[in-house]
Amino acid sequence: MSDWIEIGHINDIPRQGARVVNTPQGDIGIFRTAEDELFALRDSCPHKGGSLSQGIVHGRRVTCPLHNWHIELTTGEAVAPDQGCAAVYPIRIDGGRISISLPLQINQAV
Amino acid sequence: MKEKLVLVGNGMAGVRTLEELLKIAPDMYDITVFGAEPYGNYNRIMLSPVLAGEKTINDIILNDRQWYAELNITLHTGKVIARIDRRQRKVMADDGTEAAYDRLLLATGSNPFIIPVPGCDLPGVIGFRDIRDVHTMLDTARSFKHAVVIGGGLLGLEAANGLKLQGMNVTVVHLTDTLMERQLDKVAGQLLQKSLEERGLHFLLATQTEAILGEDRVKGVRFKGGLEIASDLVVMAAGIRPNTLLAKQAGIHCERGIVVNDTLQTYDPRIYAVGECVQHRGQTYGLVAPLFEQAKVCANHLARYGIGRYEGSVTSTKLKVTGIELFSAGDFQGDETTENIVMKDASRGVYKKLVLKDNRIHGAVMYGDTVDGAWYFQLLRDGTDISDFRHTLMFGQAHLGDAGHGGKNAAAAMSDDMEVCGCNGVSKGDIVRAITSKGLFTLDDVRMHTKASASCGSCTGLVEQILASTVGDYSVSTKVRPLCKCTDHPHNHVRKAIHEQHLTSIRAVMDFLEWKSPDGCSSCRPALNYYCLATWPAEARDDPQSRFINERVHANIQKDGTYSVVPRMWGGVTTPNELRAIADVADKFRIPTVKVTGGQRIDLLGVKKEDLPAVWADLNNAGMVSGHAYGKSLRTVKTCVGSEWCRFGTQDSTGLGIRLEQKTWGSWMPHKFKMAVSGCPRNCAEATIKDFGVVCVDSGYELHVGGNGGVKVRATDLLCKVTTPGQVEEYCYAFIQLYREEAHYLERTAPWIERVGLSYVKEKVVEDAGTRLALAGRFRESQRHFQHDPWATEVEERRENYLPIKKLG
Repeated sequence: MSDWIEIGHINDIPRQGARVVNTPQGDIGIFRTAEDELFALRDSCPHKGGSLSQGIVHGRRVTCPLHNWHIELTTGEAVAPDQGCAAVYPIRIDGGRISISLPLQINQAV
Repeated sequence: MKEKLVLVGNGMAGVRTLEELLKIAPDMYDITVFGAEPYGNYNRIMLSPVLAGEKTINDIILNDRQWYAELNITLHTGKVIARIDRRQRKVMADDGTEAAYDRLLLATGSNPFIIPVPGCDLPGVIGFRDIRDVHTMLDTARSFKHAVVIGGGLLGLEAANGLKLQGMNVTVVHLTDTLMERQLDKVAGQLLQKSLEERGLHFLLATQTEAILGEDRVKGVRFKGGLEIASDLVVMAAGIRPNTLLAKQAGIHCERGIVVNDTLQTYDPRIYAVGECVQHRGQTYGLVAPLFEQAKVCANHLARYGIGRYEGSVTSTKLKVTGIELFSAGDFQGDETTENIVMKDASRGVYKKLVLKDNRIHGAVMYGDTVDGAWYFQLLRDGTDISDFRHTLMFGQAHLGDAGHGGKNAAAAMSDDMEVCGCNGVSKGDIVRAITSKGLFTLDDVRMHTKASASCGSCTGLVEQILASTVGDYSVSTKVRPLCKCTDHPHNHVRKAIHEQHLTSIRAVMDFLEWKSPDGCSSCRPALNYYCLATWPAEARDDPQSRFINERVHANIQKDGTYSVVPRMWGGVTTPNELRAIADVADKFRIPTVKVTGGQRIDLLGVKKEDLPAVWADLNNAGMVSGHAYGKSLRTVKTCVGSEWCRFGTQDSTGLGIRLEQKTWGSWMPHKFKMAVSGCPRNCAEATIKDFGVVCVDSGYELHVGGNGGVKVRATDLLCKVTTPGQVEEYCYAFIQLYREEAHYLERTAPWIERVGLSYVKEKVVEDAGTRLALAGRFRESQRHFQHDPWATEVEERRENYLPIKKLG
């Protein structure tokens, strides 16, 4: 299966930061932790749709810039007691190049 | 093999310790719990509402049997531990069940004190301590008429109220002449008695019980002096005693309670004790907050973390007895060394007394209106010198200008559908439901679960009242609040370490102070970034990833993810050319909204992130720089037209405002910082609700500090009066620098001044010229490093960060 789409280089994303991929179905945030782990999440907080990519990244979490919800980067789940989930996308890195895999309807639209 | 932990006492303190332990060391112990009662852990404080018919037993269960099963905890209910064998390290229950332990935790609670008068062992004489007592009372109320409650303390009055609501005719007998004399002074006690009498309770005060009458069950009570009254039920609520029987039999040192040290360890190092059964530094406790704090410390040691000490608690009582608001804390009786401030309004049913000693709050009693209880209690715990605001102390913290909760200050009078938190739309019913369904006990819990009072905080007093009345008691301990969950150090320690240890990076601070998380959180990183920059302006390097988004991208994020851009307009003065440039930018980038701000600036709202660098470049080209309308920094200096145009103007307020802004812009602060200069006392620039305000007068300049026009309106305090514009500048820089160096991150000048006291600020900025000059000098030095337009820098160096990494489709 070659549904992986290359989106850029790891050096394009600041440590403890994020960049955005625009897709026809909405933005996806690409997060880089202090340990250089990468995560791809729908760039929309389950609370009020805040742009998670603009939040502060700490550990494997990001804090939404609008109302301080904490979201797990690994699962997209809000940290309790808040409840909600942002979609997570497969992501991989090869020689510094980052690729993500999108669900069918987004992929087809590409 | 896992070690074995045995808990004796399946109540709130013991089970809370297990919960805390399982949070930090889930697999360390095989755990066995013995409880004398046939239930899981329940909220004992809520027995009163069960008796009153407002709740059922199921409502007050905190941990059901499933909870124990899921965590593989062996639970023995209905078994009383009869003996501890310390040599063989095992406990034995009265039915022969045995359990071996490596660590033993005693949480045996307390017993009601049964007054040893003749007849005290008759059927129908009970305490008010557990579910069985409540059942007895409810059963009795169904078939009998008269009840006597011995003891007019909190527990007794709650029992009396419940029995009355169950239809009984209730008489409360009390030894002294004041109800709840441990929590209330005489006046408040009388107010309480009056309103309880209106609810149909009868009182016999200053009355001593001599005997309980009856043959096979209670028939009546006889008092000293010969009075006899008929009664079918006697509830002994004359106090509780720590239950030390088991520990004493095992030879563990006990006085009034089981004696423990600051790690909650008894004299046998394998045996710990928490809760009402313990005596710590001579004190015993019966309120939730101290018990839970003990639980936390004890769990920490059981998990062998070896840090954390319990150092005792100052408690306050804020209790709801049958819909009556009461609060008391500290020594509220006073003596010859104290003074009182008293307010009494009988027709409103409000009474407040503050006991002061050396200008510090020593104790407080409030009846009818308790919204400021938490504030007084904080002042008491912190030992704050109140002389700076003594004249308004009695009117409370919230006496004027509080927005957001409809002017309500008595939670008891609110209906469930009334809004408590206006920021987050949380009603009283929402809060009560969250507290009861989720088992919340602290303000932080409530904030986390409901968001009530978690935004602006103006309704905190109300939320605390609701917590108090729903949970049953509410108390706070003395513990200094840590900066965030990642550390145990409070702000002051962190600032001190950064200064003394010459720490110039977030990493260095985290390493030196042994941060508990690998790279901090969204609370501590911005604080540490600021502290490093403010302390070491020449050396510390800014970390954009530790800044809130607005400061990272130098614009203000809006709800739809777009940004607002505010160019600086010195002193609120602009030119046709600047206005043209702004209009051109708005047209070119199709900016949907252009609005004038409260700080005399123009706000361009709805700018897309990727357009930000281009928008800034155009504004830069027209000579404008960032207005910092997004940052914890100097925001604006608002001015009036002053002597240049105004017929009342006494000085050149516009010119002075422009100069102040040009000298102070770009400086990062603990929080946002606003200034204003008014040309005369008519004060059109509203300088007296700013962080630093100047009011020009004919003879010079009044300098005002610590004002706020937001959530909690606070008029400034007068710092001093000076005579020249040069002095205004110097005092201004010195004040700003003191705030920058000493306030906690995210603390505005208003709460900072209330915390440290105006006298302290005056001492540094006004009275000591040397200190003032040094502060102003450090501010100027800091400005050499920070007074750069961030927009120009971003356009130059980081333009690509504003673009998507990739556009698909």
